Amino acid sequence: MRRVAPALEVLVPLALLGLWAAWSASSDTFYYPPLTDILETFNETWVFERVGSDVVPSLLRLTAGYLIAVVLAVAIGIPLGLNRTARRAAAPIVEFLRAIPPPALLPLAIVVIGVGNSMKVALIAFVCLWPVLLNTIDGIRGIDPTLRDTARVYGVSRLATLPAAAPQIFAGMRTSLSLAVIMMVISEMVASTNGIGFFVLQSQRSFAIPEMWSGILLLGILGYALNLLFAAVERRVLAWHREAHA
Amino acid sequence: MLEVRHLSKSYGDTPAIGDVDFAVAEREFVSVVGPSGCGKTTLLKCIAGLLAPTSGEVKLEGDRVMALVFQEYSRSLMPWLSVRKNVALPLRRRSKEERARLVEEAVEAVGLRAHLDRYPWQLSGGMQQRVAIARALAYQPQILLMDEPFASVDAQTRADLEDLILEVRERYDVTIVFVTHDIDESVYLSDRIVVLGPSPTTVKEILGVDLPRPRDQVETKELPEFARLRAHVYRLIKREEARVAP
Amino acid sequence: MIAPAAAVLAVLALWELAVRTGLLNERHVPAMTDTVAELASLLGDDDFWVAVGHTLEGWALGLGIAAALAIPLGILIGSSPTAYRSVRFVIEFLRPIPSVALVPLAVLIYGVGLESKVFLAAFASFWPLLVQTLYGVRDVDPVATDTARSFGLGRLERLYRIKLPSAIPYIATGLRISSAVALILAVTAEIVIGSAGLGREINIARQGGAIELMYALIITTGLVGYGLNALTTRAERRVLHWHPSQRQVAA
Repeated sequence: MRRVAPALEVLVPLALLGLWAAWSASSDTFYYPPLTDILETFNETWVFERVGSDVVPSLLRLTAGYLIAVVLAVAIGIPLGLNRTARRAAAPIVEFLRAIPPPALLPLAIVVIGVGNSMKVALIAFVCLWPVLLNTIDGIRGIDPTLRDTARVYGVSRLATLPAAAPQIFAGMRTSLSLAVIMMVISEMVASTNGIGFFVLQSQRSFAIPEMWSGILLLGILGYALNLLFAAVERRVLAWHREAHA
Repeated sequence: MLEVRHLSKSYGDTPAIGDVDFAVAEREFVSVVGPSGCGKTTLLKCIAGLLAPTSGEVKLEGDRVMALVFQEYSRSLMPWLSVRKNVALPLRRRSKEERARLVEEAVEAVGLRAHLDRYPWQLSGGMQQRVAIARALAYQPQILLMDEPFASVDAQTRADLEDLILEVRERYDVTIVFVTHDIDESVYLSDRIVVLGPSPTTVKEILGVDLPRPRDQVETKELPEFARLRAHVYRLIKREEARVAP
Repeated sequence: MIAPAAAVLAVLALWELAVRTGLLNERHVPAMTDTVAELASLLGDDDFWVAVGHTLEGWALGLGIAAALAIPLGILIGSSPTAYRSVRFVIEFLRPIPSVALVPLAVLIYGVGLESKVFLAAFASFWPLLVQTLYGVRDVDPVATDTARSFGLGRLERLYRIKLPSAIPYIATGLRISSAVALILAVTAEIVIGSAGLGREINIARQGGAIELMYALIITTGLVGYGLNALTTRAERRVLHWHPSQRQVAA
């Protein structure tokens, strides 16, 4: 069975792709153009015509917002995870702010900050903060009691906290990454003049359907590439965790 | 050097420790034995400062530098650090040279010099516990507290570790408080034995162990005095257990 | 009980002060008292409650569909390394597609009503839950599984005696996250597409310059989210009472 798996890993997606190509080529719907058309449009649009005008701005906003969120979340999450009173005091405020659905904040952000890049970065950062923050807190609280006691006895609690909570923090960072992409797209759809999200919505509005699909495809690829990058970083940083649990 | 004065500890309404009172002199090896669940671990944690006693106090002369070796060695070693870095971790405040020296000495003393750059998960249970012991030794504590440290290793390894602890005790001149449920072990290792009763625990008796040093796994255990002591402790504990049995 | 209450009061007081002293521009941020008054008056407004209902409807249907699919699938795929490896590539590619990218597609196919909203909410909340479930089923202490195997526990028994209890903290966290994501997408549909619900009302308020109303509605979405989160957290806690993060006193 082991030998079949690597083959399956490639075959299953290829099979699905083949199915899509076959079905879309034969169908007549305007909304589902043949896969070949989509790929052709993709090539014309994104390789590399609109990279500078749309992809780069999108990526810059995304990266800035995400990184700000992670740093803030860990910085806030560690003290909160450790200090019971602080956590209890901050809990309702954190829970409330986190509970506001980010799209609802978009009109607010527009009113307060405007429609520029800083609004988008701030919004992405705000949204990505919460999963990482909550996972950081969970990670801290879930540290093995023996490990925690040992660290206390030797006076190394501070040093041991972040690595011990790291696996859980990374789980949160992974969730936040997909949220970051979502928020990037939403903010570009509603209040932007460039970016991939903007492009996809514009295409739909002007009924440029293959272009719309090419944009969706690009967003999928982008998301995938980001996850790949994330996984590589995680693999490196959490090698010890994987090995210890192997 | 260490005085435990009328220590009691309750969790809410449940008393764990009733009234424990004993003293430990410098360089003494004192074992604490008692029936399972009598609160030996709680007692050790109170001494180490990890738990606050409900009443009574723990007095330690000097700087209060204590090291604690747990039974669950795998959960007390930092999985993201190598052996070398694990042992070095509590020594942050020292200079680089001193740190390296202490680590080398301690790891050599426990016989793990060849494994300095390995990770805990790469070592056997006995070896991991040696790392924990090395870490405690490198820390140069006034008192080494050990909570059933050899309970989770096989009998052969246990004998080796027992002899190891006697060796390092000679070499480092450290005071040891050793919690165990293994009566043979307590007689073999100690200068004095504190026998605890069942929960809520109190001190039933404190015995002196007048066996010659250096101890030997075969010769010491052949001595009639050894048998007498172990029988005495055994009967004491059994009698106490019977008293509270339903 | 005192610390949280004090913290909340402090924040509210600071808000009021900041606006009244001009630190915050009142065209951007209305005074706390005005906002609260607006919120209070909304409670008596029928249309308001209808909008709340519409938002909740989209959330519930979306999350429900996602959970019904993601949890069983996650357990199934997670317990079989072969299955996981076969499907991994597909999941890794489909997962990061931002559901919002499908907003235009949803509009084309389902229109601007409830179905679009549910489609988007379900699609979005499916993935975090699937991933968390997979993480949980796969991140099991090998000693536990070996012990179970040595006791002769069959694959299925190992699954629900060892793997599931170990995976449950992750699934519980996943549900908490997915619930929030479902609400996010429901509101997204309302704001971007204009489906009926709180999001649409917020947009209308902003476009009409009714800032207090906009803030009051946003706070409402926060309260709705908070309430839903409290529900999922309580459920999570009940399921997790044995997990180290809940254990405060080691005996």
